[in-house]
Amino acid sequence: MTAVYEPSYEPWDEKRGAEIIAENAKQEGATLVILHALQEAFGYVPEAAIPMVAQALNLSRAEVHGVFTFYHDFRHKPAGRHVLKLCRAEACQAAGGDALAARAEAKLGVPLGNTTADDRVTLEPIYCLGLCATAPSAMLDGRLIGRLDEKRLDALVAEAQR
Amino acid sequence: MSMRLFVSRDAGAVAVGADEVALALEQAAAKRGVTVEIVRTGSRGMYWLEPLVEVATPQGRIAFGPVTEADVPSLLDALASNTSHLLRLGATEEIPWLKRQTRLTFARCGVIDPRSLDDYRAHGGYKGLERALSLGSDAILAEVTASGLRGRGGAGFPTGIKWKTVAQAKADRKFIVCNADEGDSGTFADRMIMEGDPFLVIEGMTTAGITVGATKGYIYIRSEYPHAVEAMNAAIKAAKRGGYLGDKIGGSTYSFDLEVRVGAGAYVCGEETSLLESLEGRRGLVRAKPPLPAHHGLFGKPTVINNVLSFAAIPFILAEGAKAYADFGMGRSRGTMPIQLAGNIRHGGLFETAFGVTLGELVDDVGGGTFTGRPVRAVQVGGPLGAYFPRALFDTPFDYEAFAARDGLIGHGGIVVFDDSVDMRNQARFAMEFCAIESCGKCTPCRIGSTRGVETIEKIIRGERVSENLALVEDLCNTMKFGSLCALGGFTPYPVLSALKHFREDFIPAPTTLQAAE
Repeated sequence: MTAVYEPSYEPWDEKRGAEIIAENAKQEGATLVILHALQEAFGYVPEAAIPMVAQALNLSRAEVHGVFTFYHDFRHKPAGRHVLKLCRAEACQAAGGDALAARAEAKLGVPLGNTTADDRVTLEPIYCLGLCATAPSAMLDGRLIGRLDEKRLDALVAEAQR
Repeated sequence: MSMRLFVSRDAGAVAVGADEVALALEQAAAKRGVTVEIVRTGSRGMYWLEPLVEVATPQGRIAFGPVTEADVPSLLDALASNTSHLLRLGATEEIPWLKRQTRLTFARCGVIDPRSLDDYRAHGGYKGLERALSLGSDAILAEVTASGLRGRGGAGFPTGIKWKTVAQAKADRKFIVCNADEGDSGTFADRMIMEGDPFLVIEGMTTAGITVGATKGYIYIRSEYPHAVEAMNAAIKAAKRGGYLGDKIGGSTYSFDLEVRVGAGAYVCGEETSLLESLEGRRGLVRAKPPLPAHHGLFGKPTVINNVLSFAAIPFILAEGAKAYADFGMGRSRGTMPIQLAGNIRHGGLFETAFGVTLGELVDDVGGGTFTGRPVRAVQVGGPLGAYFPRALFDTPFDYEAFAARDGLIGHGGIVVFDDSVDMRNQARFAMEFCAIESCGKCTPCRIGSTRGVETIEKIIRGERVSENLALVEDLCNTMKFGSLCALGGFTPYPVLSALKHFREDFIPAPTTLQAAE
């Protein structure tokens, strides 16, 4: 019954980017808030947006670039059409996560942290989804999956490749 | 006929099909012309039974689980005809795993509708704040101090002292910050309480605000917890509508407002000063202490920064009195600890109990051993920075000091169980690798030490000059332990050294015997 969820993003547009920045710039400590909002709209944080954020917050470009590159979440370029995240932390390791990660890498033909050549699937590690009592766990485009096993993983990979 | 059913909306339940079960129940009931009201609660914390379905009866709730979509028709049959069902677990409250707990913080989690302020109030919510408003700052501080509550994030610092420091600080603005950056693998108590009883966190933070004279609070939630972010935002909105946030809370003269901020995938931001940097919109670089956040915290102002579970313990302490809380526990660890059983475990979930229960009871008795059915070999307590314990140390009581005495820590209360297929060399290597990935880079022992640690352990794994490299790793661990600025670099040695100490056989290759020629 699970509907296939297609994340959809707007193409980068400077005017739209400026609006998003202006909407959030008045908050205290707004840098992360703005970067999140930009990524939510465009699927990544376009290089061209960095100086715009800096200007709006009266920061240097280097400072904003530093924040942008510090956090694992922010993307430099769009991800694949689907993003499959596999938890690689200890609780999932204890429950057979290593073998499942290797299986996903083999099925998709890319190591964790990469996107397939056809741009369909980005395969990423994640360090803990907080589903440690139903490990191993995964997330496909925001949808959570617990008690992952070979069968469930294969179904997820197939769904992501569609 | 009309029925009231309860299905969890907790992320852990949703991840194993709770949404699908709830939808199937609704559709099947509609088809049969049965009126059902499905309340989406938090989780009771018995994850091996999720998706758990409960039905309200005059004798209390009856539980069924784990329920799949395919079970729904037969389940509705059983409910309609009042006959038994294969998945029937009996009265929820009587399930032994739940019954033997002492749920003070998690009393409402899994019971109430987390989106309903009325439901929260009907189950004793905001009693603590009401009493706090009548007590005033000094008396609240006395209660919190007398309860013996220590920071549940891991460091175990007395909450009363922290609050008092901020209350006494003079400043034009003060802040309350809730650390909901629960990054430790094997922990999910913060997530559960935010999703299952979010008003509790709001009540605890509001109480802190009126105690120390702060009017603004932030909840910093990690981005890996989108369900918790949604639940907290919804609860904040409802609390504002209900007059429990904003100006003149609960009809008093106090004002307090709350805002959720979302992290961006940096483990180190669970460290309080790094979190404050992140909240201010900067790289999550750890700050040197002193000055303490209590004097110089968010935006340079006096700040109470506590873990979700610390704030969540406050309403009980104020509603029932400090003594009611302090009566539980052992030694200097007072009250209850929400313990999280995780990894390769049969009965995993949230087990809140008084301090003092032994590790062995938790793993073997409560947890039921591994789900693979193989023997338990190692358990990591306290997240990625916690030590690995062998069976020989299973008599260790769950208590801050007892774990410290055995070179471990209880941290945020997570226990990750491994069976006998674990290779402890890999776990030691991973501890260093994780530190290398997540290091903020500010101090050298953490930034460089972790990378050298990975390399050296890899040499050991390859069998290169094993004893020399083992000595090198131990030396490196000492440097990291005493030379790092925060717990990331400072505690990474715990898993590494405990693996070396208690599971030495994994690191020393079996003596090579000369094989007779075939």
